Amino acid sequence: MEKELAKKISLSINESLKVKKKIGKEVSVAIAEAVAQCKVDVVASYPITPQTHIVEHLADLVNNGELDAEYIPAESEHAAMSACIGAAATGARTFTSTASQGLLLMYENLFIASALRLPIVMVITNRSVSAPISIWNDHSDIMTMRDSGWITIFAENGQEAVDLIYNAYKIAEKALLPVAINIDGFILSHVIEPIEFLDQELVDKYLPPLRMKYKLDPKKPITMGAIGVPEIYTEAKKAQDEALNASYRIIVNAWKEFEKLTGKKYQPIETYQIEDAEVALLIMGSLAETAINAVDLLRKEGKKVGLIRIRLWRPFPLKDFLRAIGKIKALGVVDRAVSHGATGGPVGIEIRSALYQSNKRPRVVNFIAGLSGRDVTVEDFVELFERTYKAINKKPKFSYEIYGVME
Amino acid sequence: MRPELKDFKGFNLKNLPEYEGFAPGHRACQGCGTVLPLKLALKVLGPNTIAVSPTGCMEIISSPFPYTSWKVPWIHVAFENAASVASGIEAAIKVLKRKGKIPKKEKINIVVFAGDGATFDIGLQFLSGALERGHDFIYICLDNEAYMNTGVQRSSATPFGAHTTTSPAGKVIKGQVTWKKNLMGIVVAHNIPYAATASPAFPIDLMNKVKKASLINGPTFLHVFSPCPTGWGCKSEDSILVAKLAVETRIFPLYEVIDGKYVINKLIGHTPIEKSLLGKYGKYVLEKRVTPQKPVEEYFKLQRRFRHLTPEQIKFIQKRVDEEYEKLVKLSEYFGIEE
Repeated sequence: MEKELAKKISLSINESLKVKKKIGKEVSVAIAEAVAQCKVDVVASYPITPQTHIVEHLADLVNNGELDAEYIPAESEHAAMSACIGAAATGARTFTSTASQGLLLMYENLFIASALRLPIVMVITNRSVSAPISIWNDHSDIMTMRDSGWITIFAENGQEAVDLIYNAYKIAEKALLPVAINIDGFILSHVIEPIEFLDQELVDKYLPPLRMKYKLDPKKPITMGAIGVPEIYTEAKKAQDEALNASYRIIVNAWKEFEKLTGKKYQPIETYQIEDAEVALLIMGSLAETAINAVDLLRKEGKKVGLIRIRLWRPFPLKDFLRAIGKIKALGVVDRAVSHGATGGPVGIEIRSALYQSNKRPRVVNFIAGLSGRDVTVEDFVELFERTYKAINKKPKFSYEIYGVME
Repeated sequence: MRPELKDFKGFNLKNLPEYEGFAPGHRACQGCGTVLPLKLALKVLGPNTIAVSPTGCMEIISSPFPYTSWKVPWIHVAFENAASVASGIEAAIKVLKRKGKIPKKEKINIVVFAGDGATFDIGLQFLSGALERGHDFIYICLDNEAYMNTGVQRSSATPFGAHTTTSPAGKVIKGQVTWKKNLMGIVVAHNIPYAATASPAFPIDLMNKVKKASLINGPTFLHVFSPCPTGWGCKSEDSILVAKLAVETRIFPLYEVIDGKYVINKLIGHTPIEKSLLGKYGKYVLEKRVTPQKPVEEYFKLQRRFRHLTPEQIKFIQKRVDEEYEKLVKLSEYFGIEE
């Protein structure tokens, strides 16, 4: 009772002062609460570190009657994603989350979920892939699903993660494509941050109930997951590819609408001090915030450095990226995963390919850093900037480098 | 007896549903004993049904885009996960009913039609998870005793001695070296309310079991014997005869397990098909001994997959079949339903 009363009072105070209150929450818990605010119908879960707190809190919300949803404690991640596919195909709003080996166990379903055009939302608390087994953060899990047809978005902090959950359902249900929201395992998932939640009315206004035109409905029977013989497979894939590319507009519009409602701006490519920069680093995820500190430090020394952060990884925002490179002469791409035997890390390869579409091509240096929770400090980023500087005049010896390997 | 079954009197030739849920023109082989029970099941379940198929023969023959044989909403996702997909569908329907997005009183059957590979082997964990969680759905395993869709490779449902392309009858090793996995035992161990075996040779019995499965709340399971002329090397016109012999030789006994209580389904006289058509299979009675028992050779001699069997092997199989049947009789004696 007292708790409820306190809640009501604080709500009314907030209302009267017209200010939003930030609440200290573990990011995983905050994500679960945002998912609940989106009024999901079905949650399918399987425990894996560092994602587990999200589904634990959702189980609490369901069992305490705060969220009216069916909670499926699946017997594996493969089954959890399969259940999401079944539920989404029936017209339910679904959620699951996973990491690392869990994502890899789901693998075949990822391609099916997108090809069946199902608006599933999944949070991936990015974690390294075995072997050696390690629970800590890098991007080697998410990079394995870059070709799976999912809309893939990265958050840099807890607040972004929460906002991107609201956006994810908006985007998924308009584009009829699954959305993966990536947060760095532990670095984000397990920290307590001041989080500002949207009022429920605002969420409801932004996110209307899911209405799927094509679903498993005995009144209007359809066949889903039919065989695509060679005569039709190419066309099916072309249609899917077009849908993913067309989702770019939907994503940008969803973020614009969100900005109008909340004043918070999200863009496919985020930049920092890029306008006059001659050297920049490119990074995804939470390490960007550390890199920003390195930019500030070097700027004080008069060095013209900047930062490019990819928020929208799939569909890759090519035009935004080419616009963002501005006048830079050298670009250091910081990968968080290894693509064994390739010409670079997954992001490095992507960036070189993207630049080939343009006539102005800064020299690209590709670093692989911060594997499995290895700290990448401000000093490390300063070092990476310096190495990128050197590349302006001297082509690097190797197409990529794993940074910080102990001798 | 389950309260849900109280008013169910059983089908007979006069009251069969007219509904057909599976359209003709599909691409099953001649004499396919898998598509027949599927069609009969859909007939019973009616249009208010959502069907799930894993990868397999029935998926391939029914859905070459842009054609479909499915008159009910149907989804195929992957090979191993049909039970999980059905879990998701069931959960969705439950919550959408609660939220008023689907009419509350509308009964929607959720049914899985899966082959033996998708059930005994690759999908066993998924089946176990869905049964254990207690989703209200029907899982029908159409068991044709090997991976027929990929060209007759052995599965853990392949019977001892049978030739398949990965358990060939060689000079040294003669066919499948393991006994068929006791799937019913595994399923029953989940303490689900209803599990039964059925055969297309006894269509009314099969339809009654499907109906019971649909009436009962919670997970239900049917293990359906599904002759495959292509994979078994029998004549396509013999596939029902083979199914009938499998029951009469006690290789595939028909029984039900209702709330853990075993009921062996009685065969009356020498012509059970005729008898079943008369509607006598609407009622199930405890039967200690199914009569008459035929020797296993009669079943084997119609199928090329068994032609290499030596007299010793046949003797071994006969002994094991008798033992397995005896176990079932014991179970029905100790854990049967009292009349």
